[in-house]
Amino acid sequence: MAVATATLSARLPGNRQEAHAAFVVELTQFSGPLDLLLSLIRDEQLDIRDIPIARIAEQFLARIATLALDDAAEYLEMAAHLLRIKARMLLPRNEDDESWEDPRAELVRRLLEYQQMREIVDLLDVRAESRRNRFARAFLPEQPAPPSAPLALSLGELLAAVDRIIRAVRTPTMHDVVPRALDIDGAIASVRATMAVRASASWTDLLDPAAEPWQVLSLLLALLELARRGEVRLAQPAPFATVEIARDIAASEAA
Amino acid sequence: MTSPLAKLLEAALFASARPITIEELAGLDADATGDDVAEAVAELREHYDTDGHGVELTEVGGGWQILTRPEYTEAIERAQLAARPHRLSAAALETLALIAYRQPIGRAEIEEIRGVVVGGVLKSLHDRGLIEVTGRAEGLGRPLLYGTTPVFLEQFALRHLEELPRADELAIALRSTAAAP
Repeated sequence: MAVATATLSARLPGNRQEAHAAFVVELTQFSGPLDLLLSLIRDEQLDIRDIPIARIAEQFLARIATLALDDAAEYLEMAAHLLRIKARMLLPRNEDDESWEDPRAELVRRLLEYQQMREIVDLLDVRAESRRNRFARAFLPEQPAPPSAPLALSLGELLAAVDRIIRAVRTPTMHDVVPRALDIDGAIASVRATMAVRASASWTDLLDPAAEPWQVLSLLLALLELARRGEVRLAQPAPFATVEIARDIAASEAA
Repeated sequence: MTSPLAKLLEAALFASARPITIEELAGLDADATGDDVAEAVAELREHYDTDGHGVELTEVGGGWQILTRPEYTEAIERAQLAARPHRLSAAALETLALIAYRQPIGRAEIEEIRGVVVGGVLKSLHDRGLIEVTGRAEGLGRPLLYGTTPVFLEQFALRHLEELPRADELAIALRSTAAAP
């Protein structure tokens, strides 16, 4: 690992500022070291199960040579891995050795697995694209009302507002309901005054033709009251005839 | 032309923002059997397809949903009446593909196959509601295991996970064949 890293460092250019700009482009192009590796294999039309590891490692390093070290740990790890495989391939071996295992086997397995995943990606991509192009009924749940801001209000402002409102409100048209109390005592006095000088009188004599209803009622109640007290006697010769009022002599004398 | 049940289903499908399952559709009418509903769905679908409509009835994400036809997408988007969701990045799609096929799968296994760290990608997939934590693996640290959600099915126009081709049906040779040197 140490050897591989040393080799790698030697290959990386010193100017990392320029390298960084290039790395951004690379990132959008490849989703990872396996992706880059697979793309190299595809470009060279190589058999994935029999990769010329030295050549691929060389090209891989060339491609990541422009990458900034800090951001490209995953690519560097792969580069180191490739170099390690390359070194192991160089080790002398006996052709008949049954126990020999191709140092590339693990990488090949990973590449195939990754390639399979890429196929799934393509499939999902097609699916997603087909769904993206169809709109469903949009449903926007009602946004909860934002919490109301605390009131910033002085007493002066409040009073000013009240004042404005009071001014704005027009004076309501109101009916003045004036209680017109019946003046029974007044009517009694009036009847007594009349009956003091006359022995009898009729309803119409006692009532002013222009009398208001309260006066009519007051007179009626006054007459009934006086009749109860026995000061006058009331008589109505016929239904709807004018009421005749006569002084009750006995009562007034007794009084 | 269209049966009363099909009209009822159409109204419900129109009102809903998500796919509605056959069971939910059957719940709309106490008298309707599952067969009646399936028949009405087929009738409605046929109606959309043959009579010329701008929308179609699509089975997606385990239910039925009314979707606009793709030929009108451009115009609708140009008029800013609706917007297509953003496409997933290649990194996100790769991670999602692995989760879809290998669920439940842990982060370490995804990283091993993809050869890159996937913490950020997992988070954004989770934020978009495409994956969820389905459990924890046995073993050291009991790592989280991830699986796909119904939103995943919906966004990839899949009825169910089984609709994805089996891994061994893909054109690529299997891991087992690769293992032989």
